Amino acid sequence: MSHIGKFSPQAAGVTIARDWTRSIGNTGLWVILAALLLWSWGPADMGRWSYLFTDAGNMTRYASGFARPNFEQWRYYLEEMLVTIQIALWGTFLAVLLAVPFGILSARNMAPWYIVQPVRRLMDLFRAIHEMVFAVLFVVAVGLGPFAGVMALFIHTTGIFAKLFSEAVEAIDPRPVEAIRATGASRLQEVVFGVIPQVMPLWLSFTLYRFESNVRSATVLGLIGAGGIGQVLFESIRGFYYPEASAMLIIVIATVTLTDLLSQQLRRLFI
Amino acid sequence: MSVISVRNLSKRFGKKQALDDVSLEIGQGEMVALIGASGSGKSTLIRHICGLETAQNGASAIEICGRAIQSDGRISRDARELRRDIGVIFQQFNLVNRLPVLTNVLVGNLGRIPRWRGTLGLFSAAEKREARDALARVGIREIAWQRASTLSGGQQQRAAIARTLVQRSRLLLADEPIASLDPSSARRVMEVLATINRENGITCVVSLHQVEYARRYCPRTIALRDGRVVFDGPSAALTNDFLTTLYGADSEELILPEAAPARPEDTQRGRPLIEARALVAA
Repeated sequence: MSHIGKFSPQAAGVTIARDWTRSIGNTGLWVILAALLLWSWGPADMGRWSYLFTDAGNMTRYASGFARPNFEQWRYYLEEMLVTIQIALWGTFLAVLLAVPFGILSARNMAPWYIVQPVRRLMDLFRAIHEMVFAVLFVVAVGLGPFAGVMALFIHTTGIFAKLFSEAVEAIDPRPVEAIRATGASRLQEVVFGVIPQVMPLWLSFTLYRFESNVRSATVLGLIGAGGIGQVLFESIRGFYYPEASAMLIIVIATVTLTDLLSQQLRRLFI
Repeated sequence: MSVISVRNLSKRFGKKQALDDVSLEIGQGEMVALIGASGSGKSTLIRHICGLETAQNGASAIEICGRAIQSDGRISRDARELRRDIGVIFQQFNLVNRLPVLTNVLVGNLGRIPRWRGTLGLFSAAEKREARDALARVGIREIAWQRASTLSGGQQQRAAIARTLVQRSRLLLADEPIASLDPSSARRVMEVLATINRENGITCVVSLHQVEYARRYCPRTIALRDGRVVFDGPSAALTNDFLTTLYGADSEELILPEAAPARPEDTQRGRPLIEARALVAA
C-alpha cells in the first residue's frame, strides 16, 4: 500500500521516516470500504452474478425480439415523441420561472436566514420526492395524461433548479453588486443588474442540461399514464410487441442525442 | 456647509481597530486625498461614508450635506436616497463584466429614474445620450458596446467614473482608484477626477497609496495611521521627511523613490490650498 518504497531515499541522501498515522488511516479506510461491500453483498442479491453467463441464452432470446425494429407506425411514434418533448418543455419552463425567485431567496448572500431556511426546506421537499411519485399524485388530481407529467416535472425540477441557481448566486463576485447599491438602486435592481448578468451563463447551462434530463424523465413518466412516447412504449413492451418497442427506443435515443447537440449549440451562442 | 461630516467614527474588525475615533469635515468642491499605508483604514472610512459599512456601537455620526447616512452604528432610513448623491469608484472598478460598457454606465441612472423603469432596464434616449456623452468625456466613447470584461484596467476605471457622472452625484468617493493601474493609466484617471472636480464642482475624496499623487492632484490631504487621523492639512506640507516622522518605516510604502518632486503649479491646481487646521501628533 505504501508508495514510499518506490523511491530510493538513499540516492537522495535522506531517509524519509514512514508516517505511521497516515498509513494506518489509509488502511483503515480501505478496510471499512471492503466491510461495507461485503455487508451489502447478500441484500443486493449479488450471488446471482453467475446467471449472467449460465442463462445468457434467455437474454439473447429476449434481445433478439428487439433486433428487428418495426417502423411501420413511425408517424405515430414521432407524434408521441413530440408530446414527450412538449411535456419536458413546459415542465422545465415553469420550473425556471419559479426557481429564479426561489433560487435567489435561498442564497445566503441575498436573503436573511429566516427567509433562506424555510425556502430551502421547501425546495428540499420538492427535490426529495421523485417525479414519479409526484406524477402519481397529479394523475389522481388532474387525471391521466400529459398535464400530470408537466406538473410532476415542474415541481421536482423547481427543487433542483432552486438549489443549483442559489449555489451560483452564492458564488458571485459581490463587488459589482456593491457598486450598483452605491448608485442608490433598489434591492431588486441590484439583483437585475448585478446578480443576474453574473449567473446567467451557469443558469443557462443548468437549464439546458435539465431539459435534456426532463426529456428522458418524461419518457419514463409515460409508465404511469402521463402520456407521450413512454406510455406507448410500455404498453407495447407489456404486450410483447418488441419490434415496435425497439423502433420507439431508437427514436428516443435519437431525440436525446439531438437535444444534446442542440443545447451545445445554444450554449455556445449565449455564453 | 460641509458635504461630508464624520464625527467620532470607530470600527473594529475582530481584534483589529480599523478606525479609531475619526472626525473630519470636508467642504463643497474640495479635492481631498486620503493617504496611509495598507491597513490604515482608508477603504474602511470610505465604505462608511457611502453607507456600505456600519460603524460599531457608540455615539458616532456620518452626515452627507447635513443629512445623516448613519448614526450610532445604524444605517439611516434615508441611506438609499443619499447614496444617489454619492458616486463611488473602487480599486477593482466593480463593473458588471458581462454587461456592455454603456449598460454599466446607464446603471448610474437607477437611483434617479422611476423604479419600474430602472428595474426593467428601460432607459430613455436622453439617458442613453447622456451616458454616451459621459463616456466621451472620460475618453472612451468608441467602446460603448464592448463587454466591460474586455477593457483594460484604465478603461474600466474611466467607465466607472462615467457611471458616477451619469449618476450626477455631488460627491465622489474614490477608493484606491489607481492602485491596480499602470502609471500612465493612473495619471489619466487622476486627470479625469481633477477635471470633474474643477469643472463640475464635485467634491472628491480619493484614497491613495502614494503621496506623490496626493501632492500633485489634491490640495488637501488627510493621513491615516492605524485607523487614526494623524495629519489633516495642505498636501504641500507633506514632505518626505514629514512622512517619515508620521509613519516611520512604513513611509517607504507611500513614497515612490524614483518620482520627481511635484511641481508647484501642479499642486496649485483647482482651488487655493486649505489652511492646515490640525496637525494631530500620533
